[in-house]
Amino acid sequence: MKYSLAAFGSGLIFGLGLLVSGMANPEKVLGFLDIAGLWDPSLAFVMGGAILVGVFAFAIARKRTLSFLGYHMKLPASDRVDTRLVVGSLMFGAGWGIAGFCPGPGLVALGAGEIKAAVFVASMIAGMVIFETVESSRRSTQ
Amino acid sequence: MIDIAWDSFTPWSALLGGVLIGLAAASFILLNGRIAGISGILGGLLVPRSGDIGWRAAFMIGLIGAPAAWIMMAELPPIQIEAGFPAIVIAGLMVGIGTRYGSGCTSGHGVCGLSRLSPRSLVATLCFMGTGFVTVYLIRHAFGG
Repeated sequence: MKYSLAAFGSGLIFGLGLLVSGMANPEKVLGFLDIAGLWDPSLAFVMGGAILVGVFAFAIARKRTLSFLGYHMKLPASDRVDTRLVVGSLMFGAGWGIAGFCPGPGLVALGAGEIKAAVFVASMIAGMVIFETVESSRRSTQ
Repeated sequence: MIDIAWDSFTPWSALLGGVLIGLAAASFILLNGRIAGISGILGGLLVPRSGDIGWRAAFMIGLIGAPAAWIMMAELPPIQIEAGFPAIVIAGLMVGIGTRYGSGCTSGHGVCGLSRLSPRSLVATLCFMGTGFVTVYLIRHAFGG
């Protein structure tokens, strides 16, 4: 219960941050990605602000085996750069550039009642299901 | 030469929002011991394992519920979506497949990964920022302009 409540709080603050920052607005995101047009550098400040806080948090996290609520730290073990990472990220970026939505802002805009965001989220979930289906059939043939 | 859009440049709200996102990622790693990666949290809901559903759903409810909490205090900021429905569907599919295949998105690799100084996340972030810039250039200037 405590665990889910903390997760809810993080999700809520994350969503409010996306709204304050302008990241939940695809037009603002595309203004950042459009260097050749009139460039809006605002979103670099979003990343900067988030990482400024994040660096301290993860420096503390790295030294601990249990979280402050007493749960095991689940930090990613892999630091390997592989084809999957690169190809997947390249594909994600292209999709991001088409509509101006990455996963978080898409979900927040859905919460704001935007029909197009609902279509985006449904398509994104369909994409994730396609990935899982391909992965499980790949695993079962191995 | 880069032309800055001074009229739409909002460094302070961007920085404040960024700090909030950082605090959310901080509380998630320090309280729950997990990386606040949106695509990973959502993706895990699609292949549900017992004991692994509640917190994912709770995070999602918080995230999607943020606009509802916001309108109790103030008017929602603008959300302008220029892309048409076919483009939205293609974008959604690519974001869904790409983030799962690449094990993360702007939050997991961009915010958390860079904060952890992870080389893997740096490569991922450079990749998706790169194709993000190129795609917008192609759509707005090479083909659309």
